[in-house]
Order: sequence, then C-alpha cells, then structure tokens
Amino acid sequence: MILLHSNSNVISIDMANIQNGTSFCSPLEPISRLTEVGGSSENINDISIEVKNIYKNYYSNNSGKFAGIGKSAFADRNSSVPLQESGISFSVQRGEIFGIIGPDGAGKTTLFRILTTLILANTGTAIVDGFDVVNDYKEIRKRVGYMPGKFSLYQDLTVEENLDFFATVFNTTVEENYELIKDIYQQIEPFKNRRAGKLSGGMKQKLALSCALIHKPSVLFLDEPTTGVDPVSRKEFWGMLKNLKAQGITILVSTPYMDEASLCDRIALIQNGQFLKIDTPKNIVSQYENKLWAVQSDNMYKLLTDLRANELTKNCFAFGDKIHISSQLNPSEGDLKTFDIEKIQNTLSNNGHNNIVIREIEPTIEDCFMQLSQK
Amino acid sequence: MTISSQNVQLNSNKVIVVENLTKKFGHFKAVDTISFEVEKGEIFGFLGANGAGKTTAMRMLCGLSIPSNGKGLVAGYDIRTQTELVKRSIGYMSQKFSLYDDLKVWENIELFGGIYGMKDLEIKEKTDELMHALNFESERNKLVGSLPLGFKQKLAFSVSIFHNPQVVFLDEPTGGVDPITRRQFWELIYDATSRGITIFVTTHYMDEAEYCNRVSIMVDGKIEALDSPKNLKNQFNANNMDEVFQQLARKATRKAD
Repeated sequence: MILLHSNSNVISIDMANIQNGTSFCSPLEPISRLTEVGGSSENINDISIEVKNIYKNYYSNNSGKFAGIGKSAFADRNSSVPLQESGISFSVQRGEIFGIIGPDGAGKTTLFRILTTLILANTGTAIVDGFDVVNDYKEIRKRVGYMPGKFSLYQDLTVEENLDFFATVFNTTVEENYELIKDIYQQIEPFKNRRAGKLSGGMKQKLALSCALIHKPSVLFLDEPTTGVDPVSRKEFWGMLKNLKAQGITILVSTPYMDEASLCDRIALIQNGQFLKIDTPKNIVSQYENKLWAVQSDNMYKLLTDLRANELTKNCFAFGDKIHISSQLNPSEGDLKTFDIEKIQNTLSNNGHNNIVIREIEPTIEDCFMQLSQK
Repeated sequence: MTISSQNVQLNSNKVIVVENLTKKFGHFKAVDTISFEVEKGEIFGFLGANGAGKTTAMRMLCGLSIPSNGKGLVAGYDIRTQTELVKRSIGYMSQKFSLYDDLKVWENIELFGGIYGMKDLEIKEKTDELMHALNFESERNKLVGSLPLGFKQKLAFSVSIFHNPQVVFLDEPTGGVDPITRRQFWELIYDATSRGITIFVTTHYMDEAEYCNRVSIMVDGKIEALDSPKNLKNQFNANNMDEVFQQLARKATRKAD
C-alpha cells in the first residue's frame, strides 16, 4: 500500500489485495465537515484512524479456543461467513475521544494490537495518523502512545527511571515534553524515587499514562485504563483525558464500564468481535427502540422474581435500587397497548408488594447495550 | 488476646464480629481501628477507593494475615488464633478466579471439594445438582480454560460455596463481564443468601452497592460510613451510591497503598 500524505488528505492505493490477489485502487474519501471552535471556523476534516474490514481470527493455546475481531472470529476457521464481509470498519476524527465499550473477550485488545502494529490482521486495512499499519509500522510506532491493559512499566525501575527510559526510547527527553504530562506527573512526582512495582494501582495508572505521552504522540491508545480502578480515580482519569483532547490528541479508549460511555465523543459498542452500534452516546440513547420503565417496591428481590415470572415483564434487569422493564414489543403494531402499566401495577399489588413506584425513564447506555446484545 | 466461648455463643447470629481491627506495616496503618458486625444471611458491601485498606482487611478476615491490634471473629472463630478453622468455614472468590484452566469443569469441583474435606459421594451428588442448576451439563467435561468468562465466573462462585461455608468473600467478582452476565451473577448471590450463606463483597460498580443490605465505605484505613444504601443516600443527600462514594472518598489524603 502506498500512502500519499499531504496535510489533510490521505490517499491510499492498495497495491495487492492479499485475499484474492487482484489489484485495485481505492482513494479514501476525505470527510469534510466544518465546526465552530472558540468562535473561529476550524477545519477538522482530518481522519486520525481509518479501519476498513479488519478481521482477525486466531487460536489461543492459552484458552484452547478461538478469539479475535470480526464476525464469527470466535467460531472455527470453517465459518460460513465470507471473510470479506466479516470485518469491522470505523473511523476516528482527529482530536476525538472514541470509546470501544464492551465486556472482556469481545475483541477490544485484538483491535488495539492491530492498530498499534503489534499483530497483523487476516484481512482488511487500517490507517493510523495517515500511515498504513502493515507497511508503515515504523512511522506509526513513532507517532502513537499505547497504554496496554497490563501496564508495561518496568517494576524494578523507579518512577523517574521509567519515565526517562520511555523518553530515551523515543529519542526525546522528559524536559522537552514536560508541559504535556505536567498535570498528571506532578501527582506522582513526590514518589519519583519509588520503584514502579511498589506503587498503588492509581499511581501506576498515572505513571503509565505519563510514559505513553512522553514522546508527544498524535494518537493515544488506552486499553482499559480504568479497569479495577475505584469510581473517584476513574473520574479523575477521565478529567485528564479531556485535557489531552483539548491539546488535539486523538484518543481511542476501551472500557468495560458503561457509565464512562457518556464521557466519549463517540462510542462503538462491541460484543463477540462485532460492533453492535457506532454513534454518539446521545444518539444511541435516542435510538432505543422500546419504552423503558423503572420499578421499585419494598422487596426488591421478590419484585425481580415476580416480574420475571410475568410473561409481559420477563425482560427485566436490576439497575441499582430499581428494576428496569422494557416493553420489547413492536410499538408500530400497537403492541404497546397490551403493555399496560396499570395492569402490571395491579398484578404486583396482588403479589403483595407495597410502595410500588413505576416511572417511565430514559435508557442508559447499559440498557441500550443489553437490548442490542440480545438481538 | 483471647475470646471466650461465651462470647461466641452470644454472637451466634453474627457471622463476622470485628472490634478495633488494625494492621500496621511499619508506621503505616493500612487498616486503622475498624469495627463492624455482619449478620447471618446478609449481603455486606465492603467499599473503598484503591489503597483504602480493603484487601488488607479482607486478608485478616480470611485468616491469611494476623492483625496488629484488635480482634475479630469469623464464623465463630478467632482470626488471630484459629486461622485454620476460619479458612475451613469460609469461601473465597476473587476476580482472578482460582479455578484451574487446564482441568475440566468436574475436575475443578472435585479438587476444591476434596481440599475442603468433602466425601466423594457428597461431591458427586452435589456436582450433579450444580450442573443441573447452572444448566452446565454439556460443559461438564470441558476444560475450564475454554469456557466464556461469564461461565467461568458463575462456576468460580459456585465452587467457592460448594462446601457450604458460613460466609463467602467476593473480591470484585464481576469485573469485565457483560451487563447481562453481571446481573445473572447477582441473582446467584441472592440465591446463595436465601440458603443462609452470608456474602461479603467488594466492588467498583456503584449500582451493585445498591444490591447490598448494608454497605461500609473505607477511607484511608478507617470505616467512614456504614448503613443500608437507602440510609446512606439520605444521610449524604445523594441520589445514588456513586454520589455517596464520591463525597466520602474524595476526602482521602492517602495516595499510596
């Protein structure tokens, strides 16, 4: 693949299609969109990450099963889905916070490793910051910062030594890019002589982020940076990401915590190697197909079992101190009329529930994920 | 410090009794004079920020670490002097499941049942029951490593209560699974409490804190709040447990473990 990279236009020419051996040219359409930033009109038509039909399927000796990304990546190789149709595609704008949201084993890390040039996809192409992940992997490695799920810190080096080490690897110095990491690094600087292995989880997270940023990357890949981190530290971490975004850094971040979705500009919900949906969190919520109610009563566990036993409300899930029930019916066919809230309330009263409260609510991203994943 | 048998008798409906429990590492008080009680059949949520001292406290309650000060009874046994008896009476499950990936499902169950001294026949009968209850019959002969995460998690929990312990300690049991599996897991927890097993659970999902009967929140080694989720929300004038947690944990001054 040859890439001509001129300011904002990226043209890629596929010299050889690995799958069928034919050659073709495919200029990528530049997306042009104007947006108002700080009163002035700024062109952000730059695409930072462009993924087309990426498919990866491999057998993991560790777990004794298939893993990867793309449709049927988890089945065996003799899957009936043609490879060309089974890959995933998406693009990320420059300066965007793009979230990949889904459970463990969905394919998030596989995707990150392909985009950071650590493994090769079976099919498909991916361009990061204007460079092809296969042919220009050396360029990409200079330009991206990668924070893997298991931090790649050297446990027996001190905080300061780790940071120096990463700066040296990228031919730079801590002083040169200190401004970028200052806010984050200052929080751990009092412990700069402590070995990384002796840091708490939250401090390791901050050091790993500093190390991933020390060469001033244009794209930052964060693979589950907040997993196992308490809610307060998670909030702080997202605050740091916002500051980095303000400096024009593109951020691809994965998380299993659905409540973090609203902090991303756009998100891709992922399960079993496939994207369930890609959109802004707001749009995903507004596209929720059914009506949703929150139900409460004095005995929540009994409430859950009673609702589940009822044919009409069997689609129910606990959400904190409430239970969400969704109609799961087709509103256009008038099915909603049979989903009579008053009737449900009466049934619950007959079941002996007191203080029943039923309220129609707006879905959360988690409700949306659950609905989409059940399709 | 000894605890008389009379004391044990008095607290027979209390599965955990902790008084002024403290653990020091040098001058650092990881756990600083905490006291609480957990009733039989209760779901007790043990929350706190990273580094607040939860894991250290939990290790003492499991008989894996001896307290520097204070006392504690778990399942009626002294966590200082009767650690082996404590270990026999409890179950434990962490996010890094203790199952063996290269053993089959039934082999894992047999191994853990055997470790807890269960008889072969009992293990066999209970395994059949469990496979049926979890709808796992077709997975019985599969290697645990080949199971999806959600399956493993349910199996790990079931194994942790297989020997019918009085209390099971769950350390962030639901990390990383999809939202539906996470909720199914909580239904297994409820089911266990209906059989009288007490649940002691840590989590970073604040919606899960709402599923607990009572919740304690640790800040810098101390328990700063302990009550039902409802009362805590009232007390802190908060809409949900996340707000309660944010208010309390932001006060933390401790930065390191």
